[in-house]
Amino acid sequence: MKEYRTINQVAGPLIFVEKTEPVGYGELVTITLPDGSTKRGQVLDTSKDIVIVQVFEGTRGIDTGSAVRFVGDIVRLNVSYDMLGRILSGSGDPIDGGPKIVPEERREIIGAAINPYAREYPREFIQTGISAIDGMNTLVRGQKLPIFSGSGLPHNDIALQIARQAKVRGEGEEFAVVFAAMGITNEEAQHFMKDFERTGALERAVVFLNLANDPAIERLLTPRMALTAAEFLAYEYDLHVLVILTDMTNYCEALREISAAREEVPGRRGYPGYMYTDLATIYERAGRIRGRKGTITQFPILTMPGDDITHPIPDLTGYITEGQIVLSRELHAKGIYPPINVLPSLSRLMKEGIGEGRTRDDHVQWNDQMYAAYAEGVDLRGLVAIVGEEALSERDRRYLRFADEFERRFVQQGRYEDRDIDYTLDLGWELLATLPEGELTKIERKYIEKYHPVYRKKATA
Amino acid sequence: MEVKMAVGEVYRVSGPLVVAEGLKARMYDVCRVGEEGLMGEVVGLVGDKVLIQVYEDTSGIRPGDKVENTGMPLSVELGPGLLKSIYDGIQRPLPVLKDASGDFIGRGIHAPGLDRKTKWEFTPTVKKGEKVSGGDIIGTVPETEIVEHRILVPPRVNGVITEIYEGSFTVDETVAVLDNGTELKLYHTWPVRESRPFREKLPPVVPLITGQRILDTLFPVAKGGTAAIPGPFGSGKTVTQHQLAKWSDTQIVVYIGCGERGNEMTEVLEEFPELEDPRTGKPLMERTVLIANTSNMPVAAREASVYTGMTIAEYFRDMGYDVGLMADSTSRWAEAMREISGRLEEMPGEEGYPAYLASRLAEFYERAGRVRTLSGSIGSVTVIGAVSPPGGDFSEPVTQNTLRIVKVFWALDAKLAARRHFPAINWLQSYSLYADTLNEWFVENVASDWSELRTWAMEVLQEEASLQEIVQLVGSDALPESQRLLLEVARLIREVYLQQYAYHPVDTYCDPKKQYDLLKAIKEVNDMFFKALEAGKLVDEIINVPGKEEFARAKFEENYKEVLEKAVETMKKALLG
Ligand SMILES: Nc1ncnc2c1ncn2[C@@H]1O[C@H](COP(=O)(O)OP(=O)(O)O)[C@@H](O)[C@H]1O
Ligand SMILES: [Mg+2]
Repeated sequence: MKEYRTINQVAGPLIFVEKTEPVGYGELVTITLPDGSTKRGQVLDTSKDIVIVQVFEGTRGIDTGSAVRFVGDIVRLNVSYDMLGRILSGSGDPIDGGPKIVPEERREIIGAAINPYAREYPREFIQTGISAIDGMNTLVRGQKLPIFSGSGLPHNDIALQIARQAKVRGEGEEFAVVFAAMGITNEEAQHFMKDFERTGALERAVVFLNLANDPAIERLLTPRMALTAAEFLAYEYDLHVLVILTDMTNYCEALREISAAREEVPGRRGYPGYMYTDLATIYERAGRIRGRKGTITQFPILTMPGDDITHPIPDLTGYITEGQIVLSRELHAKGIYPPINVLPSLSRLMKEGIGEGRTRDDHVQWNDQMYAAYAEGVDLRGLVAIVGEEALSERDRRYLRFADEFERRFVQQGRYEDRDIDYTLDLGWELLATLPEGELTKIERKYIEKYHPVYRKKATA
Repeated sequence: MEVKMAVGEVYRVSGPLVVAEGLKARMYDVCRVGEEGLMGEVVGLVGDKVLIQVYEDTSGIRPGDKVENTGMPLSVELGPGLLKSIYDGIQRPLPVLKDASGDFIGRGIHAPGLDRKTKWEFTPTVKKGEKVSGGDIIGTVPETEIVEHRILVPPRVNGVITEIYEGSFTVDETVAVLDNGTELKLYHTWPVRESRPFREKLPPVVPLITGQRILDTLFPVAKGGTAAIPGPFGSGKTVTQHQLAKWSDTQIVVYIGCGERGNEMTEVLEEFPELEDPRTGKPLMERTVLIANTSNMPVAAREASVYTGMTIAEYFRDMGYDVGLMADSTSRWAEAMREISGRLEEMPGEEGYPAYLASRLAEFYERAGRVRTLSGSIGSVTVIGAVSPPGGDFSEPVTQNTLRIVKVFWALDAKLAARRHFPAINWLQSYSLYADTLNEWFVENVASDWSELRTWAMEVLQEEASLQEIVQLVGSDALPESQRLLLEVARLIREVYLQQYAYHPVDTYCDPKKQYDLLKAIKEVNDMFFKALEAGKLVDEIINVPGKEEFARAKFEENYKEVLEKAVETMKKALLG
């Protein structure tokens, strides 16, 4: 393999190399610095005149005398069943002091697209034990459901609680966890690791760590490494894999950095126009495949800059993922954990995962009614702020109370409280029972008679 | 001097864009790139360089690799076998790709759009000695249980039939011969970027019945018309498009999943064969063609996908069918254009979109229409495009340029979606420029007072909106009684009429007659309420009248009419004695 010392420009995370042999698009590159250390990169643009390489570990220390080698292959990850229980760097090297991973396979980290014809529609209910999710925005196995959070909100606790509690009812099988950290602080990472260790989850987890002080451009690799591992475990070893990606905002910043260095025409707020497509190549690596037992369920976490849901990062994510769980600073300030605002939250796949035989027969209509009632209560709060509660009718006051109770009793729960779906639904019925029965227009009579506390008491009396 | 040939070599690779040199090429020629022969299309010529957008992942392609020009424009195959198919953006059948490369889509796979082995039963409808020209029907093939595939003479071909055969044929066997020696087969090809010819455009005067109350009643689209559904994520674009694909009264549906989710295509694939067309009683899949170029599939093929779908739609139109084309989402197509344009280093326009964004959108929607076909029958293509504005902001270029062209605007509203009011179509913001023309049809075919009812409902909703502003300041108790009652009626219109759950087995589809009955009943209740008020009943009494719950749930029942009548009776007794 030839070495070139023909770097003619270094710009941000990019190096420009001239007079090379023909180099393939997307090829892996190694750069040896004058001090003997090496860095890795990938070809972003190749022509007969010049090759542009993005350097994952950053370009610090690279000078025009550095030696560039084109490996003739694209970026791959060593995968093996023995990855479970291991901690790797953001680019896939073991950092837990353990042995090297003996690869069963070396997989390209750019996963090919799943043929839509090969997919199977996800419909198995995952009970997370969190009412605001199970009742209001139900998760199913193979779904990609992000958490839209803000800085300082307890998204990590929620992700951990889900990782601890997630189960498919009637199955003993536990999820394997692939955890990819991108640019989070060491403290945050420790929080995750400690919890994994304490609960024994680490044994069935693969951890990729790119921390805040690790190279930013490496973050472009990390989620792809994680998903490559997840696909291997799910589709070769039939595991149900839960992938947690945090924080996608840092990933997107790295993408923006590359784009700026290339002087591309920026899209909205400086993010590249292809960010949608790029994110899709990550988020779409979830789901079920016909004839394969394993599944990949994705939980990306992102912090919305300025708590703004219209910011390109949450916006493009929401356009790709199958819903979103939105956290609210207001609920957090009220001391409510988990501070999930159900109104902008959504699970697009819940309709197939709930109802008779999956959760419970009343769930669909119960859900409609709970949403309508809470939305009405929240609207009324705005009015109360102006005209005072006295100006409200009795009916309106009940809705107002409903909204409060909904947040305090239904949404609010303990970090270690694992609620059964029946418990969640019954709790909702208790709240609905505070409204006049005539208001429950979205629920059929038969369910009211079956589950409304008034009739249940009669039945048991 | 360099010799230009049909073979050249790669000079540069940048994502989906490959620059070739030493290649003789015209705009839009299809080329094969590299050893694997990745398919691409010429999108620019600069000096001696040829710019090619490649429909597959270009990893590993390097300068010096071979580039071949096929000399043909990007085309689709049109013939029996289209229905029930699912294709990628360049008409490769996804099941064939799966057979070739497994569950993940591999590279460099060539697959014709139409299967070469299937035999089709061909019955000629013309005889030897007859003169035929482009667009004429020479025979039929029963393609699915409900669709008769009419075999067309390719546009621009004409002559006298010298041979024509009856029997069982594959698509590329000759079924007829013309005096000039032209052999006609069950299929022909057509370049996707060129609209198929027809005799004349006809005025769109027949509504597309969608079975969705808010659409048919308030904002109807005509057969051959154009509509856009813009909305932020989660507001209901895809569900609305799926509803249209399921329940629209067209004979053919072409559904394009353009840069959206894989599972949404899977959903259609799993669901449509099980769903019954309310008009024919046969599975909906029998009339459907799917194009799936999902968000993670190559971006250049996404750009092509809308043209592939449109050409297939026009082809069925040319048989004299009404075709519905749904594109979800046109924004992803526009973004694909932007990405390629950026790589071409073209001068960017607004938000980085190419300056030709507006004209490309206009050209696309212009291919919609109700037409007299070359053979003299009437066919139509109705185009419904979803638009995904960043941040839900309708002032962005794709939404704005689309709204300048389309005649119907279904504005989705995140606020309505958040409170689970579905379809989350904002009734104050949306419009249909066909409404007046189509009124006539509804009056003639559904009910003589259709127009008045519709106007009444719109007025109540508008009145509600202005009253709401006051309520926000003073609370509803401060309103005069009659206005409080109006708010209650508006609520009935919203909750009973406008809300329609796509997943409810009965309410998912509502035929025009039922639409009318429901609205008429609400009007009746309105009149009753105001009469009771005049007679001295209190508003609270009226609002809490028994029978209202049953009334609200009537739409969920097969025998909704009885339920409505009974509920109205109950209310009447309580209020007017
Ligand atoms: N007509 C409808 N009936 C019932 N639910 C709907 C309807 N329209 C939208 N929804 C709900 O809203 C969610 C998002 O709708 P979708 O069409 O996927 O939004 P978009 O395509 O705009 O992102 C769906 O998963 C469904 O839960
Ligand atoms: Mg959608």
